[in-house]
Amino acid sequence: MTVDTAATSTGDPAAREPELVQLLTPEGQRVPHEYYDTLIEDITAEDIRGLYRDLVLSRRIDSEAVALQRQGELGLWASMLGQEAAQVGSGRALRPQDHAFPTYREHAVAWCRGVEATQLLGLFRGVDQGSWDPRENNFHLYTIVIGAQTLHATGYAMGVQRDGAIGTGDPERDTAVIAYFGDGATSQGDVNEAFIWASVNNAPVVFFCQNNQWAISEPLERQTRVPLYRRAHGFGFPGLRVDGNDVLACLAVSREALQRARDGEGPSLIEAFTYRMGAHTTTDDPTRYRLAADLEHWRLKDPIERVKAYLVRGDLVDQQFFDDLDAESEELAGNLRTACRALPDPEPTSIFEHVYVEPPPTLLAQRDEMAQYLDSFAEQEGPR
Amino acid sequence: MSVSQFNLPDVGEGLTEAEIVSWKVQPGDQVKVNDVVVEIETAKSLVELPCPFAGVVESLLVDEGATVPVGTPIISVRTGSGAPAGGSPDATAESPTTAESPADAAAATAAESTTDPGGPAADLVPPPESTDDDAPAENGRQPVLVGYGPRTSSLKRRTRKSPTAPGVPETPSNGTPTTPAVAPGPAGSAPATTPGERPRVLAKPPVRKLAKDLGVDITTVAPTGQGGVVTRDDIHAAAKAREDGARPQTEAQAGDLGWQGLPREERIAIRSVRRKTAEAMVRSAFTAPHVTEFLTVDVTRTMKLAERLRGTREFRDVKLTPLAFVARAICIAVPRTPEVNARWDDDAGEIVLQRYVNLGIAAATPRGLVVPNIKDAQMLSLREIASAIGELAATAREGKTPPGDMMGGTFSITNVGVFGVDTGTPILNPGEAAILAFGTVRQQPWVHKGRVKPRWVTTLGLSFDHRLVDGEQGSRFLADVGALLEDPGNAIAWS
Repeated sequence: MTVDTAATSTGDPAAREPELVQLLTPEGQRVPHEYYDTLIEDITAEDIRGLYRDLVLSRRIDSEAVALQRQGELGLWASMLGQEAAQVGSGRALRPQDHAFPTYREHAVAWCRGVEATQLLGLFRGVDQGSWDPRENNFHLYTIVIGAQTLHATGYAMGVQRDGAIGTGDPERDTAVIAYFGDGATSQGDVNEAFIWASVNNAPVVFFCQNNQWAISEPLERQTRVPLYRRAHGFGFPGLRVDGNDVLACLAVSREALQRARDGEGPSLIEAFTYRMGAHTTTDDPTRYRLAADLEHWRLKDPIERVKAYLVRGDLVDQQFFDDLDAESEELAGNLRTACRALPDPEPTSIFEHVYVEPPPTLLAQRDEMAQYLDSFAEQEGPR
Repeated sequence: MSVSQFNLPDVGEGLTEAEIVSWKVQPGDQVKVNDVVVEIETAKSLVELPCPFAGVVESLLVDEGATVPVGTPIISVRTGSGAPAGGSPDATAESPTTAESPADAAAATAAESTTDPGGPAADLVPPPESTDDDAPAENGRQPVLVGYGPRTSSLKRRTRKSPTAPGVPETPSNGTPTTPAVAPGPAGSAPATTPGERPRVLAKPPVRKLAKDLGVDITTVAPTGQGGVVTRDDIHAAAKAREDGARPQTEAQAGDLGWQGLPREERIAIRSVRRKTAEAMVRSAFTAPHVTEFLTVDVTRTMKLAERLRGTREFRDVKLTPLAFVARAICIAVPRTPEVNARWDDDAGEIVLQRYVNLGIAAATPRGLVVPNIKDAQMLSLREIASAIGELAATAREGKTPPGDMMGGTFSITNVGVFGVDTGTPILNPGEAAILAFGTVRQQPWVHKGRVKPRWVTTLGLSFDHRLVDGEQGSRFLADVGALLEDPGNAIAWS
């Protein structure tokens, strides 16, 4: 008996042409949508200019970090080039009380949450383990383990549920949790476990998958035979696919899913269909496994260009806006460079911190011993 | 105004070195922050490096093609408002880095990184006229597997506080550093020794071993390290001095024969392609028992056919070389002796007869020998094979052969004839059963129809893996290829 594996993925007509929520075409044309338009009714021209600024500045942070890595200032950097819209759209849909659990690539979400870009660099420079306080901006630490954060998010969401912080109708109180991950992570056990826990517990969590088509060098067809968003149905919650390069559509669908969570209606999966324009990380060389033609195809769908086209065509901006943004962008990059070089090396005793709320006496004794040893040196000069 | 140096970074998590492929700027060029200045090749990929400073390029410190350790300064840039647009000739003349060849300067700085930056070794390389805080002596780091390498400043032991007050917290103001047991002595001052006694030499064990290996009496070496320690460089210097002392006569004799000015021995790092070639050849030579046979054939008819075909419309756009005929002859001859196109599968205990020919063509490229193969060459016409060979060679010369093109070969040709030699005993490309060496085609006296005539003659050399192929099959195959080249008409008879 022969098994036609291809048939299983194309037998269902829905699998061939997945529905894609799109409100702004790559050419910058606004596409009307009966339902999702209502979710972004309140978005003014000023807001769209703000989203454009988010996209441009977060991309600048990203490209500056890549350059810093190439200059030996960072050990590594995971570029998010091409994924700005998915991150800004979802990031701007969050309310202050919501919690975000990122991978190591959510630089634009961090930007939306108000995390200093310099703090992201500390991790990649190797001078700390992630130095921002997750409680300050409700933006949790970068997770390097693939998919592990989906379980953290689900657990946190179940905690929110037990705090009774959902379905009260109070917009200041009802809380949603968003878990970011990529297409490669969907093959991880952790992610599938998170789906199950979230589903059966009706946890207020949004699974936001940025399908950037590549898990390092593994293409999407090695991860799944059905569109990823359809996996949600099997676990028992809704899933949809959105144009991940369309910031308005990402904003709209994220608002919907987050509100579902806050209202106590349980989890949902968003598959933001996008493309990783850069390498997996600065250590990777994508020219070895993918075609330049694919890159060109996606370059035409750039998330920033379409917003720019929309703004210009609608006469919603003047040249001064772009000039000011350029200047702001340059200043941001310059400050980032300076701040990166000035990041202090960690104190040797910092290794004793941040693990225990109440450190056990043995650990304190070790810390003191270490401090005493360090103090026995006459000088501690030298370039650090 | 100051001069900043850009040290080669580790761009790929734990790389220790990289090759400078091409410079995108020249001394005197104006650069901005993040302008691409150089392309480097690491074990992982080709990477463009953006410049961390704005200013005028002062000098390129490493030659193209050189492989240097991570941390080596590769370019110096005159930064700040005072940077002259074109680079002042006076200033550059005084700069030590431009006074020497770039490679020397880089080597000197790299060597310096292993010694105390403040030590006398620095005297060998005069400090740059003006440098900022990132001067290489302070910042030169050793390559390690992960990270940026240890800082040279931490190589010396930190001074402990006075032993009279161990662990007693002191305020920085009265925490006077006390002199350690061995005072850091001035430059080159070896500890005093009593006459008659064997002098006490301060050196680390690896340095002592180095001295022994190089046959240098370590007690005679003048130490330059801090505290009178003999360093690795001291040993090398002593060994070199000894050699130089023994050399002048030879140098004089060498005179104008092209030997002058060259080092007595030159060491070339074994890198990527060279190393891979070496590994493949050793593996092949010691796995497959090689047999080589030779056949000299009259290929005049093939040459005439090639001449005629070149004039036809079909072959107008391709470069039709004798190599294409050899490739085609192999594809026609293989089905008659499939063993020469087989594979030895040791794990399965089987011989795999391959009903396709992925024909490898050994190509000499600037980076070394590569053997890309033409997939399913048996399906290609003479014209297609000729054009495939042309493309393959061009891609290989540009260094752009994708890894896939070098895998899965079933049979290879090495075209030694292009170097003007008659034949060789080729070593098998690992995993393949046979390889054909195609010698130069030249006119030689040959007995043709009972008379000695000038004819186009070549020599074929076939090496085969005796595990798979016996003398009978190998000889038959070689004779078949020879017959096809001697009379291309055989191709019609056989295929």
